[in-house]
Amino acid sequence: MKTTLSWLREYVELPASLTAADLDTALINLGIEVESIVDQAATVKGDLVVGRVLEIEELTGFKKPIRFVHVDIGRGEPQELVCGATNFAVGDLVAVILPGGELPGGFTVGSRKTYGRVSNGMICSARELGLGDDHTGIVVLPPGAAEPGADARPVVGLDDVLIHVEITPDRGYEMSVRGIARELSYYFESEYTDPGATSGVPGATPQPPYPVQVEDIVGCDRFAARVVRGIDPNATSPEWMQRRLIASGVRSISLPVDITNYLMLELGQPMHVFDLNLIRGGLVVRRARPGEKLTTLDGVARVLDAEDMVICDDSGPISLAAVMGGETSEWRPDTVDVLLEAAHWDPVMVGRTARRHKLFSEAAKRWERGVDPQLALVALQRAVELLVQHAGGTVDERVLDIDNVVPPALVPLDPDLPTRRIGVPYPADRVVELLSQVGCTVEGTDPLLVTPPSWRPDLLDPADLVEEVARLGGYDAIPSILPPAPGGDGLTQAQRRRRTVTRAIAEAGYVEVLSYPFVSPEVHDAFGLPADDPRRSAVRVTNPLSEEEPELRTSLLPPLLATLKRNLGRGQRDVALYETGTVFLPHLAATAPRELSIDRRPTEAEWAAANAIIPEQPWHLAVVLAVEIEPAGWWGAGRRAAWSDAVEAARIALSAAGVSPDRVSVRAAEYAPWHPGRCAAVLVDDAVIGYAGELHPGVVSALELPKRTSAMELDLDAIPAAPIVQAGRLSTFPPALIDVALVVDAAVPAADVEDALVAGAGELLESVRLFDVYTSDQLGAGLKSLAYKLTFRAPDRTLTVEEAVAARDAAVATAWARTGATLRGA
Amino acid sequence: MSYRNDPYDPKQAALLSPEALHAAVADAEKAFDAAPDLDALGALKPAHLGDRSPVSLARREIGSLPPAAKADAGKRVNLARQSIQSYFDSRVVELEIERRARVLVEERVDVTLPWDRHPRGARHPLTTLMEHMGDLFVGMGYEIAEGPELELEWANFDALNIGPDNPVRGAMDTFYVDLPGLVMRTHTSPAQVRSMLTRKPPIFIVCPGRAYRTDELDATHSPVFHQIEGLVVDEGITMAHLRGTLDHFARAMFGPDARTRFRPHYFPFTEPSAEFDVWFAQHRDGPRWVEWGGCGMVNPRVLTACGIDPDRYSGFAFGMGVERTLMFRNGVSDMHDMVEGDVRFTREFGMEV
Repeated sequence: MKTTLSWLREYVELPASLTAADLDTALINLGIEVESIVDQAATVKGDLVVGRVLEIEELTGFKKPIRFVHVDIGRGEPQELVCGATNFAVGDLVAVILPGGELPGGFTVGSRKTYGRVSNGMICSARELGLGDDHTGIVVLPPGAAEPGADARPVVGLDDVLIHVEITPDRGYEMSVRGIARELSYYFESEYTDPGATSGVPGATPQPPYPVQVEDIVGCDRFAARVVRGIDPNATSPEWMQRRLIASGVRSISLPVDITNYLMLELGQPMHVFDLNLIRGGLVVRRARPGEKLTTLDGVARVLDAEDMVICDDSGPISLAAVMGGETSEWRPDTVDVLLEAAHWDPVMVGRTARRHKLFSEAAKRWERGVDPQLALVALQRAVELLVQHAGGTVDERVLDIDNVVPPALVPLDPDLPTRRIGVPYPADRVVELLSQVGCTVEGTDPLLVTPPSWRPDLLDPADLVEEVARLGGYDAIPSILPPAPGGDGLTQAQRRRRTVTRAIAEAGYVEVLSYPFVSPEVHDAFGLPADDPRRSAVRVTNPLSEEEPELRTSLLPPLLATLKRNLGRGQRDVALYETGTVFLPHLAATAPRELSIDRRPTEAEWAAANAIIPEQPWHLAVVLAVEIEPAGWWGAGRRAAWSDAVEAARIALSAAGVSPDRVSVRAAEYAPWHPGRCAAVLVDDAVIGYAGELHPGVVSALELPKRTSAMELDLDAIPAAPIVQAGRLSTFPPALIDVALVVDAAVPAADVEDALVAGAGELLESVRLFDVYTSDQLGAGLKSLAYKLTFRAPDRTLTVEEAVAARDAAVATAWARTGATLRGA
Repeated sequence: MSYRNDPYDPKQAALLSPEALHAAVADAEKAFDAAPDLDALGALKPAHLGDRSPVSLARREIGSLPPAAKADAGKRVNLARQSIQSYFDSRVVELEIERRARVLVEERVDVTLPWDRHPRGARHPLTTLMEHMGDLFVGMGYEIAEGPELELEWANFDALNIGPDNPVRGAMDTFYVDLPGLVMRTHTSPAQVRSMLTRKPPIFIVCPGRAYRTDELDATHSPVFHQIEGLVVDEGITMAHLRGTLDHFARAMFGPDARTRFRPHYFPFTEPSAEFDVWFAQHRDGPRWVEWGGCGMVNPRVLTACGIDPDRYSGFAFGMGVERTLMFRNGVSDMHDMVEGDVRFTREFGMEV
């Protein structure tokens, strides 16, 4: 909502010394968000003077007409100026900015050579002065407006304060000068004159000026109209009206249309002008018939919906009610007889119609937020007065008013409720005073019986009245009291785990990323997922920001790999990233939920049924890494990121999650998008919770990633809850250390050999560590040697060599039995 | 050459003379002093304390003395020998100290050499900021509540008094999916709805998390963003409690000078409602009020939909954008930096924000 201070001052007595900062504070405290307050006089700096054109020399030889002009600016010698406009003649008064001045937008004006002449300043257009969009020519002032040399600001209209505010959707009445002035009167406790007062306004006459029938009083609970005949079609809107329209961001179109717009801005009542001679037969206000067509003023042929309201004549719909008029009956430049309509439409209907037809007009914005239903006749009276004053014509004394408005409902209010809810003592008489100030009628004592004013359809509940009391009483008055909370349980185990795991992964060298979860369906092919892979079944966003990425991720990897690439593209050489976030896994048999009520809590069964349709959204952890994980340095070469780092990231995460290593196992797996020979399934208690390894070379090439890019992804929510750790007993006896080198078939997983050693060694084994893996011709083709360091220790004694050797032999025997491993050199 | 059987040889007995013994001690001390290190000192030991050293040879001559002179001579020899031995020992200690000092010098390295062989990673500042904010409330006794990002329309809108005709439910603002009845949550408030459905008052919770709106990414907007919202429902809760909570939170976040300013506003789920600013003294462009979030008293209609008796209980709710907080608190000037995942941005923050 844009308006001006001078307009507001017409209806509210504001302090003469009011500064922009005072106004800003007042509006903010009233809950009106200020976009900007601009003192127009300060927008043009330096000398902006009235000049009289003395001489015009047309310069030729340029691509467009250029004039060299001598202008009397009341200072001795005429000012020489170059001008690209041609809409002025010798003797005209124009606005000239002199060298050293500055136009809105920071454009400084000087003496400069242009088109072969020196221009000492500039003759200004409306747009250059920030007065509007008109840049077709310069501003030509009315004859005699001022003497040459006078300050041009008040003459061109640069003497007001422009106010641009944002109105919250509950306060339709503030989308008008009437409403904002009323609000300011509360804040400054000053005199307010209501331009919407109904006293003295002519009411309905027994005979209407034109026959109208309202068929749907839900969609239209008031329809009023007046008729004026014989207006001068050439009459133009007065200067002051045009200026205010422009300052409000509304284009000046014609006198009748400008008047309706002006009154909409002033009162908040949208109106419509029909050409009386273009209407065929009586008007009917009704719902549209499905499929009915109407070409609106913007030239769009629209197919109407059964919910839309229309105004019809004998030819069918001529106006999409409350939103936009039709082409056939609208005011035209030659219109002499007009029918002015001011109605009251159902806000819900208007909102739906506006959204359905994507017509968000100024009128629709007001209807949706709520218009005072008592304004119709006031607005019409003002409209006919203005019309006759500026265009002549004869007012038809008959007034049409089909009024089915339901008066505002009475709201009972416990007078103590504002005090209880706000924490500020408001005595009952203060509550009554503040509510009366906003226009409520208050009767009774306990409860107070409050009837909101017609312009406040937002006041429905006691809580709404509490807000008015608190707002007008001032939010600044609310004290600051910290409420005592009951003892909380702290973070849940899942929350603590997410933190511990991500910290551990970050400490291990990975940088966190928070990706958008939107992915392209093509990524499933790039990943080489089988046709029946459940990850292909994704939730699809029906109104995605990018048509290319309509799906919600079923894996963290696609967005994470894109981020990896972005970093490489920006010149980062080595990149290791991680992300924790949810993936979206739809249930295959989801059905629409039953409607849940808002008048009561859903039952347990209703709530469970509703939740059953929500896709699973488990938290995943993923890492990706490329090029080097350890950089080269003065110590020597770096180390390339590899499948093994990805697998280790899974182990780090599980360890941080409190899963002991003996519950974690890793198995070779073939799972897209990983390299089939370099992919590990990661298991906890024999259940797969994720995969890690090097990406498939085909995926690396399809996604244009560095060779050997590796990745890990696991389901954090699938990790079993960490048990309470039970401390073991520490033996103080010395350990016995024995190394064994085992030869096995190269295909045997080291994990199996180790598992066998552990199983065979028995309770004396304290730890086992693989310290060497090698293959050689000497060893034999297809074989590998695994060297382990076994540490034995007893809880109660020093082990003898014989005991340790016996345990080692048992370990090796089991390894042989399970994996065919033989002791090297044996 | 043997002189064992030689009963008395005044020449040999000369070794026992005080002068000779003094000379032996002096020679030894001089020699030991000249030894540059322990090895050299060790090599000198036989010459001055060994079997054929002057003091050892002198001791042998004692037998050739008349009995009356033996005791005196023995005493002098012993003294001389002890003197040499003790000088030797002290010299050993001296040289050992020297040796250790020299080793320390020789082992000197350039400690300024870098050793970033295993670079640490970093956590995203939005994550750490959300944790920090959550922890402040946990410290006040709140719990952290969560809910799904793909959420029931009812929990995201209807239960929060956002009726079916509210424009924010349009596809211009809200992401819809191909599953009916679900939306990408447009705020973390549905987690509050879930809390009210599953907990009994007193309820003191905060809900940090992700939310979605159909804004194009630009310097100040992102279609995916983070919020932290709080909800308190109990008997006798007032707007003064809301203010006290936000003031406390502001001070914990921004220091003792921080305070809040309420501006009347409209939200369907709270009545009265306010937007709140925080006085942020550390702003890089100077101390100022910074718009921080929205808040209000829970609309009784919301309590009713969630099964809480609005006549007995009242509550407050508030919410603020985590991105916005990071922007003014940490001087981040462009939303792109927070969403693009450039490691240079995140590494600047390390593990805490």
